Parts: sequence; C-alpha cells; structure tokens
Amino acid sequence: MQCKQWVILAAALMTTWVSHSALASDEVVVYSARNEQLIKPLFDAYTKESGVEVKFITGKAGSLLQRLKAEGDNTPADLLITVDAGNLWQAANMGLLQPVSSAKLSEAIPAHLRDPDNQWYGLSVRARTIVYNTNKLNDSDLSTYEDLADPKWKGKLCLRTAKKVYNQSLVAMMIAEHGESQTEAIVKGWVANLATKPFSSDTKMMEAVAAGQCEVGIGNTYYFGRLEDKDPTIPLKLFWPNQQSSGVHVNISGGGVTKYASNVNGATALLEWLASDKAQNLFSDSNHEYPANAQIKPSAQVTAWGSFKGNQVNVAKAGELQVDAVKLMDRARYK
Amino acid sequence: MNRVARAISPVTRLFTQGWRLSALVISLAVLTPVMVIFWSLFSPDLAVWQHLKEHLLWELTANTFWLVLGTASGTLVLGVALAWLTAVCEFPGRKIFSWALLLPLAVPAYVTAFVMVGIFDFTGPLQSGMRSSGIEWALPEIRSLAGVTLVMVLAFYPYVYLIARNAFATQGKRALEAAQSLGYSPRAGFFKVALPMARPWIIGGVMLVIMETLADFGTVSVFNYDTFTTGIYKAWFDMFSLQAASQLASILVIFVFIIVLLEQQARARMRYTTVGKTAGKQERIPLKGWNSVAAVGFASTVMLLAFIIPMTQLLIWASDVVMDDLDSRYFDFLWHSLLLATMAALLVVTAAVILAVANRYYSDLTTRIMVRVATLGYALPGPVLAVGAFIPIAWFDNQLRDGLHAVFGYDGGLMLQGTIVTLLIALCIRFMAVGFSAVDGNLQRITHSIDESAHSLGSSGLTLLRRVHLPILRGGLFTAMTLVFVDVMKEMPITLMTRPFGWDTLAVRVFEMTAEGEWERAALPSVAIVLAGLIPIILMNRHAQH
Amino acid sequence: MPNTDYLLELNSITQRYGETTVVNEMSLALQQGDIGCLLGPSGCGKTTALRCIAGFETVQNGTITLAGKTIASRQLHLAAEKRHIGMVFQDYALFPHMSAAENIAFGLQGQSKQQRQRRVSEMLALIGLEQSAELYPHELSGGQQQRIALARALAPRPRLLLMDEPFSNLDITLRERLCLDVRDILKQEQATAIIVTHDQQEAFMIADVIGVMNEGCIQQWDSAYNLYHRPNSRFVANFVGEGVFLHGDVVDGERVRTELGIIDGEFDAPCCADCGVDVLLRPDDVLHDDDSPLQAIVKAKAFRGAQILYTLSLPTGSEILSLVPSHHNHPIGEPIGIRLDTDHLVAFRV
Repeated sequence: MQCKQWVILAAALMTTWVSHSALASDEVVVYSARNEQLIKPLFDAYTKESGVEVKFITGKAGSLLQRLKAEGDNTPADLLITVDAGNLWQAANMGLLQPVSSAKLSEAIPAHLRDPDNQWYGLSVRARTIVYNTNKLNDSDLSTYEDLADPKWKGKLCLRTAKKVYNQSLVAMMIAEHGESQTEAIVKGWVANLATKPFSSDTKMMEAVAAGQCEVGIGNTYYFGRLEDKDPTIPLKLFWPNQQSSGVHVNISGGGVTKYASNVNGATALLEWLASDKAQNLFSDSNHEYPANAQIKPSAQVTAWGSFKGNQVNVAKAGELQVDAVKLMDRARYK
Repeated sequence: MNRVARAISPVTRLFTQGWRLSALVISLAVLTPVMVIFWSLFSPDLAVWQHLKEHLLWELTANTFWLVLGTASGTLVLGVALAWLTAVCEFPGRKIFSWALLLPLAVPAYVTAFVMVGIFDFTGPLQSGMRSSGIEWALPEIRSLAGVTLVMVLAFYPYVYLIARNAFATQGKRALEAAQSLGYSPRAGFFKVALPMARPWIIGGVMLVIMETLADFGTVSVFNYDTFTTGIYKAWFDMFSLQAASQLASILVIFVFIIVLLEQQARARMRYTTVGKTAGKQERIPLKGWNSVAAVGFASTVMLLAFIIPMTQLLIWASDVVMDDLDSRYFDFLWHSLLLATMAALLVVTAAVILAVANRYYSDLTTRIMVRVATLGYALPGPVLAVGAFIPIAWFDNQLRDGLHAVFGYDGGLMLQGTIVTLLIALCIRFMAVGFSAVDGNLQRITHSIDESAHSLGSSGLTLLRRVHLPILRGGLFTAMTLVFVDVMKEMPITLMTRPFGWDTLAVRVFEMTAEGEWERAALPSVAIVLAGLIPIILMNRHAQH
Repeated sequence: MPNTDYLLELNSITQRYGETTVVNEMSLALQQGDIGCLLGPSGCGKTTALRCIAGFETVQNGTITLAGKTIASRQLHLAAEKRHIGMVFQDYALFPHMSAAENIAFGLQGQSKQQRQRRVSEMLALIGLEQSAELYPHELSGGQQQRIALARALAPRPRLLLMDEPFSNLDITLRERLCLDVRDILKQEQATAIIVTHDQQEAFMIADVIGVMNEGCIQQWDSAYNLYHRPNSRFVANFVGEGVFLHGDVVDGERVRTELGIIDGEFDAPCCADCGVDVLLRPDDVLHDDDSPLQAIVKAKAFRGAQILYTLSLPTGSEILSLVPSHHNHPIGEPIGIRLDTDHLVAFRV
C-alpha cells in the first residue's frame, strides 16, 4: 500500500514540475495583493481581448514583496499589483520595480496617483471617508477627520484596527499635512472617543455604526457599497469630510512592472490596458471603487453617493510616512 | 546507554547509524529556516526594535502569556476530562461522543473565531434579537481575552483529547484498581495514578496546543487581540522590517525550545510503557444518576459550542451564497487541498517515523536535541517559517540555475521555486511536531522486550521495523497522518506564500474572502474544509476502535 | 450465619454478566492466618470471585463477610478502597512513573514520613530487594516486579490479601522458588490470603486450603492431601493430579471387581453390591512388579528423573498410568508386570 502511494506522489510531483517548466512566452505573470475575486474578471477580459494569457497568484502584499526579493533576477513575476500605495512605494524602495514610461499611462492616470519616477501607477481610487448612523446624526453634525478627536464624540466613534494599511495611510497623510505631534494628538483623541475596541474589518465596523453601538466611523466607501447592496434600507450614510481643507483621504489600488520582469512589454501592455477606458470601469465597478482615470465615470450607485474633493497630495507620501504612522499609532495606543 | 548496539552485529549497527543520519538530515532541514530567522540577530533593525521595545514588547508578552496560559489550561482540563469520560467511564451516548468530540479538529480556529464573533458581538443575531425584544442585559464582550481564549480552547482541545484518550484507553482501569486496593477512592486514584501515568502524552498534546496558539494569527486578528505573532506581522508587513520580525520570531523559538527541553528533562528516567495489560471491554466505570447526566451535559455543551453552533452558522451563511459562488473551480480547490494534504501527511509521517526510531535507538543528548529541533517549526508563525524556508530554497535554486546556465548553457528556469516542492518542504517543517508526537507516543509503548524477542527470532533493522514496529504503530501512524492532513487543509499563510501558480486551495479561498471582510462568502470554502477534514477523522476513529 | 472464627466468609454469592452466570452460589470460609487458594481451569469464575471479594465487582446475590462484618451483598457494596483488602494483580500493575520504594509507599497514606520510610525498608528487606529501592519498574526483572507488587500490597497490612495468578508471568524455575518465598513472606507477615491459580503445583506449594472451582462454584474446599486422595467429584479427581478411571463393579463395601481383578480398600460405595463404578487409579497406585502375573504393554513413557511415568495398555484396550523408579527402563511395546497397591478407593457411580 505504501509503495503505491509513493508512486502516485512521485507522479503528482512530476506533473507539477513539467507544467511549471512549460512557461509560454506569450503570457504575463502577475503577483497580486488584490484578491482573486476582484482581479480575475479583469484578466479574463484581457485574455479574451488580446489572446495573452495572464498567470497570477494572490497573497498578502508583504509576502509577495519578500517572495520577489528572494527570487531576485530569476523571478517569474512581470507585474505586481497591490491594494495600497504604501506597499507599491515600499516595492519601489526595495528596488523590486522598474520605471515604465508610457504616454498612455501618464495621460490616463493623474500625477498624484502615480509614482513620480513612474515605477507604479494607480488603477483605481479608494476613498476613506466618514460613515454615520442616519438615526442619530445629520450631515451638519460632521466636518472633518480631525473633528472626530473632539471630546463631544466620546463613546460615539468606531474605528477599524490600526493594523490595516488603510488607516496607516490615512494617518500618514495626516502627518504630511499636520506634522507628527498634532497628528498624534488627533489620534489620541480618536482613541479616547472609541465606543468599543477597534474592529478587524470595515464591514464589522460599519455594521456596528448601523446597529447603534456607536454613531460614526471611518471606512472605505466600497464596504459601504457592499452593505448597501445587501440591505438598501441600512441606516448608514457617507459623509465627505475636509471639503474646506485637504479633501477626502484617497488611496489607490495599483501596479508596477517588476525589476526583473522577463516580459516587460507584456506587463506594460497589461498595465496600459488596465488604465484604459474600458478596463477602468471594470476595475472600479467590480468593487464599488472610483476609476483612477478622472475622465471615466464611476458606476451609477457610486455616483449617487455624490462627488467630493479628494486629497491632491501624491499618494506616494503614504508609503513614505507609513512606518512613522504605525509608530505614532502605537504611541497613541490605537490598536 | 544504547540498548540495541550493545548486542548486535556491525551491519545492524551501521543500519541504526543510518537512522541517526536520516534524523540529522531532517533536523537540518528544519534548522535551516530557523537559522535564517536567527541570522537576523546578527543584523538587528535597531530603529524598529527600539520602537517595539518601548511601546509594544511588554504588552505583547503579557498578552501572549495570558492567552497561552488560558488556552493551555483550558484545553488541558477539557481534553483530559473528556478523554477520561469517554475512555474509561460509561454513560449514555459515550460511543457517539467518543468520535464526535474529535470533529472540531476539522474546523479551523479562525473559522470558529469569526463565527463566534459574528454571533455574539453587539451586531450579531443574539444581541440584536435581545435589543429588539427589549432585553437589556449586557453580555460580556466577546472581543476580549476571555473570548479569544474560549475560541482557542474550543478549537484546540481535540489535540489533548485525542492523545489523552489513547493513553487512558491503553492504561485501562487496572491502575485505578491497584490504587483502590491500596485505599484510594477512584477520584483520588485518578489524580494520584491515572493522570500522572498519562502525563507524557497529555503534555505532548498540550505542547501542540501551546505551539499552535503561539503561531496563530488568523484567530487573534479576528478578535484584534495583540500577541507576539501579531507583533511579528506588524514589524514585517506594516513597518517593512523583516529583521525585526525575525528577531521577535527568534525569541519565540528560543522560548519554545526551552519549554520543550525542560519537559524532556523532567521526564528523566521514568518510562511510561504500560506495565499492565490493556483494558478489556467490560472494564468501564459506569456513571450513575447525576454523574451520568452531568457527563452527557458536559460533552454536549462542548460539542454544541465547538462544532454544532459554528457549523450551523457556516451552513446558513454558505447557503446564502452557494448559488452565486459555487462553480466548477471548487473541484480544483478541493482537489488541490486534498492532494496537498495527502502528500504532506505522507512525507511528514515518513520523516516522523525516522525521527522516532532514531530517538528510540539513541537516547544520547545529541539525538535528543536533534529530534526536538526537528519539531520546532510548529511554533513559528506560518509566514515567518515560509520566508525562512523560501530564502534558502530560492538561493539554492538561483545558484543551480546560474550554474547550469554557465556550464551547460542550459536555461531550465527555476527548478524548485514555484513548484509544489517548496510548498511541501515548508509544510513538512511546520507540521513535523504534529506527526512526530503521535508516532513517538505510540513507539514508546512498544516495550524493549518486544524488540528483544524480535531480535531473538532473527528480525532486526528494516525487517524489525516492517514486521514488528509498523504493524504495532499502525494506529499511531494513522493518527499522525490524520492530524497532519487536517492541519494542512486548514493551513493558510504558508500555502498562500509559497504555492505554485494555479494551486489555489480551499484555505486560500477562505483567505481571499476574509481579507475583504466577506465572512459570509468565506463560509462556503470553510464548510468544504470542514467536510473534507471530517472524512479522515471519522476513518481514524473507526481505526482506533478496532 | 456469620461465624466469628472465620476472617472471610462467602455465602452463596452469585455474579452474572448478562445471560452468563460467572459465579454461581459460591461459598467458602477462610480462617485468620490461612492461605487459601482458588484452583480451576480458565473461565471457571475464580478471578471474578476474587474481584467480588476485592470490591471491583458488585455481587448480585449472597453475602461476603470480612471479620464478621458484611462488606457486600445484594443491597450493600462497600467501596473497594474501604475494605482494607490488598491485591496483587496478574500483571502486577506497578505504577510505571514511580520507583520501587514509591510504589511500596503508595498505600501508606496518612502515616508520618518516618513511619512510611520504616515500613518501606522493612518490606524491601522482607522481599530482599533493598538494593533496588530507587529503580523504576521497567528496570526490574519480572520476578523483582512481582515481589515489589507483593510488598506494595502487604505494606499497609491489609486484613486480607488477594493474589490473581501471581506467578503466571514468570518462568517455571523462578515460579517454584518465588512460590515458596511468597509463602514464607505471607507467613512472616501473618497475612491471610487468597490466591487464584490454574496451576495445581503452585496451589499445593503455597496454600493451606484449596478450593477447586468449576463453572462458577467450588467443587471441594479442602487440604491439598484430601483433594488428591479423596476428591469428592469426578471433576476434582480429574483436575487434581494425574490418574485414569477404570470401569468396575462393586462387590461389597470394601471391594470392586475390575479387569485388573479385585481391588480392595476403604471407600464410600454408591451401592451395596453389583452397581457399575469408575475407580480412580493414580499412577502411584500401580506398582511395577516383574513377578506379577498381571501384564500390561508399555504404550508411552515420560522420563521424570527419579521416576518414569508409563502409560500402559491393558488387554481390553483401557489405559492406566504407572509411576516406576527410573532404573526400571522398558522400551515401548514391551509387556511388563504390574500390581495394585491401594488402601483407599475413589469410585464414582457410572
């Protein structure tokens, strides 16, 4: 019995070996931190249109970066996709990406949503804004992120964990705007106002706001979109803060060509296609996000949430200041 | 002392040296990633370290300590009590409970976690229902140390239960009777004799729980409870310092190694080979009256919390999305999960047999340490171990490729990376402890007189292993395979990081959904993981009963 | 009626597992200081009876009295740990995680440390294992383990000691020596004991009084001599010692006619005359005598050192056994002369 099992095992190993070696040249290999269900439809569409095969694996951004680093110049990856600017900035910083100059890309993507050195490009915009319980509050009660640190919100605020990169980017951008000490005071104010321990996800946090455990929170708009899909009568509403000042905090989901890509042209072509009119809608609509290309309108549902002024500072700043933001939140005991 | 080499031919001696060599190779394989991680101690990231030390380290250590203490004592009490009830006592439904209590093994801890939080948190159905019907009780906060400990105890107690049950069943009622004939009540006898006699196995089970708790990330993140492991993740993923992460991981490994060695030392000269014969069928203690009611109530409560409630919630969630999400790709996910789990289980058990046999032949310090080192991987958080394994493999692979290219002009691409080999190596390193403890526990029960009588009949070396040890070990091997199989099915971070293209598994699917907070959609692959894991568990039980 | 002369009394106790009756209305009485033995083939219920006395089984009927006090009956079950009855298990059941000394001290709870130590050394000296006090069970030989088990059971000075097949795991030479050692130890400790065994040699060597058991009850409760020479049933006659039954007819109260002629001797005749009986012939009842007119052919022989056990065939085809001094060496097939020497006849009606 043992013997037979070993034969099967060996056969299985050989199969994977062979299938691995048979890498066709007419394909692009992608490491994606954007989850499978949010990226595969795009790749399928691309393959259908161009005939180019897209091979990909998903994972946490940090692991993917480490894998790229360990593989070095032998990496099979051509393109790296993440769901935040911080990790792209980090990848560029670690020398894992290469600059791509493409007229199509620089035309489609606004300057503040791409790397100044063209190592990466934002493909969709994710707005992190304020959500509130419509049974308890009105638009007029709210103004800015900073205002949520005011003691009047004591016991009324819900936040997601500081371990999520979205919050780290938000705080990083606040550091860029206000400097460390003022930002630290604000974050401490938030922590003091918390109604309950930080949640592990935006969805849980928003559900808590809707259920009345607290009155207001900070979250990404597409989570609100998903809750709205499930229950259109949910007593939640989005509010666009900081409209008189810096604007709503935005982050990107984006990508860059890897330093040792064996198929640079293929990767660039895929990136350009993802920034194209057609793909932009697919990209953002699949997850209630905003297209990075300002010319493209978001989906009807997203449009209905209203327009807002977004933060115009280059999102690369979020990457640059991420570690500072993490340390600051640790000091403020924001878990 | 060397029991075998004493009386046997040089050929056999060479052969037993072979065991030792193989054990050395295995422990080196495990040691390599550990060393890669330890290497960080030579080039520490002082900036990040300083920050960790100042603001996090103390709290993380305290949090981890309480969690480990709570989980270890909880699983100890629950596992031992249930094992005693089902192995030695008789009460209504005992036979069903005996195997049903193992089922929670198939439920990943992070799944129990998100189900429990989903049900018991402020926004969950329980509290919502209470609010809408005007009940104003304040339930204890589920997202707390108590909550996370409860979930871990419910998820991990089967390790202790399974191992302790086997120990009690082998020990039988005889030891208790001996104590009774010397004036001890059955209750006193349990604590004075039965429990100490089962100690090495129980501690082995608790060690698995401790290591699993230390390495856990999924469960604690659902609760947003900060431990050493979340600290490692933070250092690496949020502060981009793999060095600082490795420094933390090194501390963790050293800590675990010390516990393991202390435990070894404490056992010293004692041998736990069962002296008496094993329990017959009629030798159970019948529970009467309230005792029997209490036993049924206790076992049912555990079943309800650890399996029935989570499964029911999962099924409800899964049924909401099954029409949209279930497609033909699920066959691939399932197939990959099963294939991976089976291969890893076979590899781990083979290696575990080698380690256990080497451990049996040689009780010198080197071998003992070697064998212990080989089981350290279980305490490392998955991604840290993955990176520790990946770096040397990638290095070797790159050298190999460049070498081949330079000498033969052959460019075969990468040989190991991106193949299932890397993933399997990493999984084996991680789960060696699970396989080893099950195999070694059983091998210890084979008395040396069995060896000696086999020698006298002319069996030694491989023949001895094949004809005498393996048949006796069959139960242990099966247990080991099942545990590893189920663990691999549930495993997430290593699979995520080192899997080849197109090798998405059910656990990866769960990750994709939970990463976006879509717990309801994660229910479908979770149910599949549980169902696939149930099959070997039920088989294992059948096996154990015959 | 409880009789205070006896330390232990079993009064028709019965024990069933489902449909099977394992112990069937069994009774016995044992005097203080005596070593009793339950002897019988496997499955005769002797171990179950022992476990009933120890308190590991509840009796369904009958009573067990210890020192005049009822400890088990249909209504009453004194817990095993409260009976002060020691037990040596067939597999010894030594605690593997305790040293020899710790094992022996285990039953001495409630005593001061000095008292315990004194008793342990006393017991170790008694069994002659002073050197092995700190060894663990797996480091001891089978015979040593056996003696530690005995010392452990005796240490708390139980009112009664039970031993379940205590020598069955030992090799034969060791068994004989230990048997005598154990008897000495028990006598020195003035212990009252019941030993269960299937080996009559063991029983003869160690016991003062032996109960031969079959199908759940005691067939005969008697001294070794009487069991051998005055068995009260065919079963006992067959089970204890060697021998064959030879068919015959009762002539009168002192004589039976068989194919070997008239055998005379004192016996309890089942009838006055002319009824058929089977007469028990032990090998030592049949003597070799070259001058005897009675001849039998050697069918088989077993050399036993000083003696040879011959299996002899009579003209009618019946077989008898004869124990003969070993210098009378006859080949198989040779006819030899025999003569009977009986003073007491054992005969059962056909």
